[in-house]
Amino acid sequence: MSAGVGTVSAQVAHFDQPLQLKGGGLLPAFDLVYETYGTLNAAKSNAILVCHALSGHHHVAGCTPDNPANVGWWDNIVGPGRPLDTDRFFIVGVNNLGGCHGSTGPASASPASGKPWGADFPVVTVEDWVASQARLADHLGIDAWAAVMGGSLGGMQALQWTLSFPERIRHALVIAAAPKLSAENIAFNDVARQAILTDPDFHGGHFYEHGVRPLRGLRLARMLGHITYLSDDQMAEKFGRRLRVGAGSYGFDVEFEIESYLRYQGDKFAGVFDANTYLRMTKALDYFDPALDFDDNLARALARAKAKFLVVAFTTDWRFSPERSREIVHALVHNGQDVAYAEIDSAHGHDSFLMDEPHYHAVVDSYLKRVKL
Amino acid sequence: MSVALERADFDLIASWVQPGERVLDLGCGDGSLLKRLIEERGAKGYGVELEDAEVLTAIGNGINVIQGNLEQGLAGFDDQTFNHVVLSRTLQTVRHTERILGEMLRVGREAVVSFPNFAYWKNRMAVMAGRMPVSEDLPYEWFDTPNLRFFTLLDFEALCAKMQLVIRERQVLDEAGRLVTEEPNFLGSLAVYRLGR
Repeated sequence: MSAGVGTVSAQVAHFDQPLQLKGGGLLPAFDLVYETYGTLNAAKSNAILVCHALSGHHHVAGCTPDNPANVGWWDNIVGPGRPLDTDRFFIVGVNNLGGCHGSTGPASASPASGKPWGADFPVVTVEDWVASQARLADHLGIDAWAAVMGGSLGGMQALQWTLSFPERIRHALVIAAAPKLSAENIAFNDVARQAILTDPDFHGGHFYEHGVRPLRGLRLARMLGHITYLSDDQMAEKFGRRLRVGAGSYGFDVEFEIESYLRYQGDKFAGVFDANTYLRMTKALDYFDPALDFDDNLARALARAKAKFLVVAFTTDWRFSPERSREIVHALVHNGQDVAYAEIDSAHGHDSFLMDEPHYHAVVDSYLKRVKL
Repeated sequence: MSVALERADFDLIASWVQPGERVLDLGCGDGSLLKRLIEERGAKGYGVELEDAEVLTAIGNGINVIQGNLEQGLAGFDDQTFNHVVLSRTLQTVRHTERILGEMLRVGREAVVSFPNFAYWKNRMAVMAGRMPVSEDLPYEWFDTPNLRFFTLLDFEALCAKMQLVIRERQVLDEAGRLVTEEPNFLGSLAVYRLGR
């Protein structure tokens, strides 16, 4: 693989105009932190927005100035000669509203009190994110994205872009996503939320002023989530029933490798992520349902989209299964809209969209090569 | 498949597609037929293809290709969405023959089916000589062929009658891609049908 985009510094855009939120709240002003890779061309026609999923952020590619080991979460697909080719495209990564990586979120100071918003930070939706991302596009002078791309919850944002701003997006790359969550998906999210909400250190969301963080709840939430991102086969292959030490101790300390792995992932995540953000990201997932206002008819809901679509799903993804992606595909076909669909044979479950899987990357590369600038 | 015969097959199919019509090409490969129908006939085209490499090439060709397995039918495609549903030189590789024909006429108003005629005289000669036919049009040995169904024009028409499918038009081609009018089940290498309900 060629060298990536190198060292990248985050930037902050401040927005003074209030943002009306779908859930009824109003953000009087907000910041969005973002990174860019590549060069915006004179016609400003080569911009691709990368939307992040539940735990992602604006640091998509390259490394941060302070830490060469802090490599972006989708670095394997962004860079010179990579599918999101920075020699050709201008790539934008943004941290969503309500996030915990620099954009305005629950840990930010509320203008009313000067203290962290905490529980008072409004519940934000995919539609709200897209509206705020459109402000960022304005800020960057981008009338229309050549493409908006995302995996999982990020794919939902790419889809929503085609509906909120049909004129401002030419291609939508919707990866490992779904047109709405199933009851089972929502159930997993709620167990994760309950883990956080019932942690004594949560303090109703105002834990900042108590000088504590609901680490136990956040850790459990992440452990549960992580199970659903992997495939059974992959877990069997990677961990099996292997023990960390020779034999079972008939106690409750960590014994199996899978326990060790999940606890490590949970601890790592709880150490850096914000519990209020986690609650809001999962709620945004739960609420996303563009067909709701169209009698659950997805084809009618998508009829106003003008973008061309690439939809990608992964065979072992049971959280957002290929069947869910095909719902999007068939709604578009019903409408006579342009769509290509690839179903990638991958062992990595839902997390496949983050993996450096050659055929998957070739599909994205092949599709983007046809995008006219 | 000879180049001449492939071109003749595509020529026939293209001649049946009117501008603006919606076409679904099953087993679309790299999308070359669809590309032609889109560029020359102004059709709105979609393809279904199973093989990764073909899907990748079709995407590179700008085709609306949908990766999927024809053996699982056309679930998800709505009824009567397409003017033509094409199955070009693929029916002999499909196990669920009746189901795919039924599905084609569920999602489309017309099914266009082409297939190699196993009763072509050269194939008959091969069997008379005691061996399964291997030729440019049937380039596989019996042990590695993707073909699952071996049938003739007469066989196919008997199935159409059984399924109550209406044969709207039939064209038969020889190996050079010329139209065959006499003794088609003997002199024809490839048959192309338009079917309806």
